[in-house]
Amino acid sequence: MATGNAQINDFVLKIATVNGSGSASANGLLMKALFRMGIPVTGKNLFPSNIQGLPTWYEIRASREGYNARVSRVDVMVAMNAQTYARDLAEVGEGGYLIYDSTWPRESQLQREGVHVLGIPLSGMVNANFESARVRTAAPIRTLMKNIAYVGALCALMQIDREIVRKLLEETFAAKPKLVEPNFKAVTLGYDYAREHFDCPLRVRAAPMDGTGGKILIEGNAAAALGCLYAGATVGAWYPITPSTSLMDAFENFCNKFRKDPETGENRFCIIQAEDELAAAGMVLGAGWAGARAFTPTSGPGISLMSEFIGFAYYTEIPAVFFDIQRVGPSTGMPTRTQQCDLMTAAYASHGDTRHPVLLPSDPKECFEMAVAAFDLAERLQTPVFVLSDLDIGMNEWMVDELEWDDSYRPDRGKVLTDEDLTRIDQFHRYLDVDGDGIPYRTLPGSHPKGSYFVRGSGHDQYGRYTEDADEYQQVVDRLRLKWQTAKTLVPDAVLRSARGHTDVGIIAFGSSHGATVEALDRLAAEGVDADYLRLRAFPFGKEVEKFLDQHRLVFVLEQNRDAQMRGLLMLELDADPDKLISILHYNGLPVPSDVIVESVTEHIRQGAVA
Amino acid sequence: MSYITKPKVKWSGRQTNELGLTLADYEGGLSTLCAGCGHDSITAALVKAFWELALKPEQVIKLSGIGCSSKTPAYFLSGAHGFNSVHGRMPSVATGAQAARRDLIAIGISGDGDSLSIGFGQFAHAVRRNLNVLYIIENNGVYGLTKGQFSASADPGSKTKKGLENRNQAIDPVTTAISLGGSFVARSFSGDKEQLVPLIKAGLRHPGCAVIDVISPCVTFNDHEGSTKSYAWTRQHLHAAIETDYVAPSTEIEVDYAEGEVSDVELHDGSVIRLKKLDQDFDPSSRAQVLGHLAAAHERQEILTGLLFLNEDLPSLHTIQGTSRKPLSRFAFDELNPGAAALKTLQEGMR
Ligand SMILES: Cc1ncc(C[n+]2csc(CCOP(=O)(O)OP(=O)(O)O)c2C)c(N)n1
Ligand code: SF4
Repeated sequence: MATGNAQINDFVLKIATVNGSGSASANGLLMKALFRMGIPVTGKNLFPSNIQGLPTWYEIRASREGYNARVSRVDVMVAMNAQTYARDLAEVGEGGYLIYDSTWPRESQLQREGVHVLGIPLSGMVNANFESARVRTAAPIRTLMKNIAYVGALCALMQIDREIVRKLLEETFAAKPKLVEPNFKAVTLGYDYAREHFDCPLRVRAAPMDGTGGKILIEGNAAAALGCLYAGATVGAWYPITPSTSLMDAFENFCNKFRKDPETGENRFCIIQAEDELAAAGMVLGAGWAGARAFTPTSGPGISLMSEFIGFAYYTEIPAVFFDIQRVGPSTGMPTRTQQCDLMTAAYASHGDTRHPVLLPSDPKECFEMAVAAFDLAERLQTPVFVLSDLDIGMNEWMVDELEWDDSYRPDRGKVLTDEDLTRIDQFHRYLDVDGDGIPYRTLPGSHPKGSYFVRGSGHDQYGRYTEDADEYQQVVDRLRLKWQTAKTLVPDAVLRSARGHTDVGIIAFGSSHGATVEALDRLAAEGVDADYLRLRAFPFGKEVEKFLDQHRLVFVLEQNRDAQMRGLLMLELDADPDKLISILHYNGLPVPSDVIVESVTEHIRQGAVA
Repeated sequence: MSYITKPKVKWSGRQTNELGLTLADYEGGLSTLCAGCGHDSITAALVKAFWELALKPEQVIKLSGIGCSSKTPAYFLSGAHGFNSVHGRMPSVATGAQAARRDLIAIGISGDGDSLSIGFGQFAHAVRRNLNVLYIIENNGVYGLTKGQFSASADPGSKTKKGLENRNQAIDPVTTAISLGGSFVARSFSGDKEQLVPLIKAGLRHPGCAVIDVISPCVTFNDHEGSTKSYAWTRQHLHAAIETDYVAPSTEIEVDYAEGEVSDVELHDGSVIRLKKLDQDFDPSSRAQVLGHLAAAHERQEILTGLLFLNEDLPSLHTIQGTSRKPLSRFAFDELNPGAAALKTLQEGMR
């Protein structure tokens, strides 16, 4: 079986299971074992919007090169769901493997030229070796053990280090050490069976390397939650919605760990599960106005509901941080699939002339960093700030450089007048542009009586007084536009990656498309197509974006939505020439693979060359 | 929220409170509501209550939604921070503000349109969470600001100025708040300052959500014959079930009522709410009884007023949340940030 060239540390291992069957821990175990062997990995959950019963997949990509994008190819498929056998088999690449539970033999059904089908009687082995007792878990113990048993089989077949698996089990069950042995027994069952019946290892396999030093595995939502914790956010309000829920769950866990008064047990945080997103937004505004760093995690439908408040915060100049973990729209769309489809909504949320800074993290590490940046920006600019993540980043484990924290960091609270300032100054005017940067001074409730003012969404003049005067109104909204110019200088810059040689072809991408873009650029370069790459990290766009557009004849704009929202934004905000902006769009709900980019670019260039 | 700045004239001989402040120090801008609007009388009662309690204006935050009623925070306590939010959503803003600054006294002003239609959910949840806020509903049975449409509190059978009859059932904020497990629920009338001022004082001191539904006639759109929220109708149908007095902690409690009729409820800050039953069998601590009384009064077309329900033991939002007594936005950054070393350790588990 170990025929042909060995394919080492460069494979896609996909596991097809049934939602709710407890396979998540087995899959996590596999991924972590590879990581500990020093192999760069990423894991992607492709799950249904359903708690139990529907097909679900987990894709692990191991990449010597450190590429983390999704690949359309599958090298080893563990097909645990009879319902999807046909489709799973079809996905396996030439020379690949399909492993299935042969307790119920399906040889006749599972046949495809060029694919090796390996039957392992997982259920049979587990049933013979374990009582059918229910442990306190969601799925029956036999089902769980069946999953652990395929981990064992893969250890033998793909040379995944069984000792590391054992160690991981010990760590997982540190609090319930009694569970280690039965789990390891299941691993051994699978392992022994594979050793006995197949020619181990397979052509596709793992080998120890040192590609994960200084790295961690973390989900974007957990990293964003850590960012909120480290930024000093104390108030979080939310209404449950996939895929943002795990952000607040993680924040709560971190707060319980780090934010309880050691003596009194009192919470130095307040997390409120609101009655809906409207209320969550109101709570964030109330807390921001009162001087706390406050945020809400949500997704597209939540942003729709929050829009009235978002415009209110824009006009009344209240700092607020909104995490939009994007999922597929419109409407409920596919709530457990990924897209970059709320770009326009976030940029211009609400009625009237509104604009909001939007940060675009491309991996969990940036979720952490940009969460902190978002609070600083929101307070510095006194405005709502969006962190636009997505399901792919938010709910999947990514391998990233270890998160770093500089203890000398101090939050940028922006222009807040203290009691001392207020006693010193003659009069306080809430909306006056004292410094010429469009950002006025604010005061916090409970401060010196001189600082009191009225927050109002209705027309107000630069002193904060009610007005319906045409000129006074216009003066305020014009200053808000000036503030927007200042915002351009404060948001994170786009990152340029130049091609080796000179080229007039550029690629623009952002967010979770970054990994696929990097991989595509390498592949294109190998085929002789050089392109410069600008990774956008924020809206509004800085000067460097304008420059990039100017310097390239052809700019591919890669985004994960149907209507080319980023391209639209570039045209709208920078007056970019539509003819030079070529869209690469991917919006089927699955993370974008590098093939899409490579194919689009080569196709376009080929056509151009022909014409 | 239009207003005209009031000239601050000080002359000697004006009465001052413990802080040396006069009533004028508790006023805001000049009202631009219609002359005779009930809302202005409520404003006056608020000014009086704050002055009598001798609260520092800057200790107070005043929040509202949208509507004529929601404009009123501009007309009192110009020394307090104000927040005129969006229609029906004052409670969530107050919740966030309280989460950040529990040391500030929060007063929320809303209308029947604001709280019982677009904001019904937020009203209910503020009550349910027992948010520490004095929540006043200025109830006139109509949308004043959008010119006279029926609100959800309009009684069935009542008529608009043009003679249109309301066929829908009414939502009564008082029964709603009591049913939702409110901890302090009262009703009053804008024209009854005697009753309203002590209710406001008690509500401000109550450590939870104090809902006061104040019938507040709209002279422009709902003060005609056929309206059940007009001055005339309200005056005729008012029925005080209980008399409320607020006794400050420093004031000695003198018993001048006959035993058995009076109950003193001590609040956490040492102040006392003294309740004198006017209806012999009225017990403001029994939810079931109070709801029964309200239903019976409703059938008699009586508007029951006073502090109708009180439960001092209900935990408030902060108790439930376990939030620190020190206001969250007062923590120094070092007290909130776990630091680089902790981040390093934490990440050991991510390998
Ligand atoms: C989202 C939204 N919808 C509608 C309105 C229009 N609106 C302004 S005030 C109001 C009704 C106010 O009625 P109420 O709360 O009873 O206050 P009143 O004016 O009677 O004191 C309405 C519908 C609005 N401001 N916002
Ligand atoms: S319209 Fe009615 S509620 Fe509004 S100010 Fe005039 S009287 Fe008051």
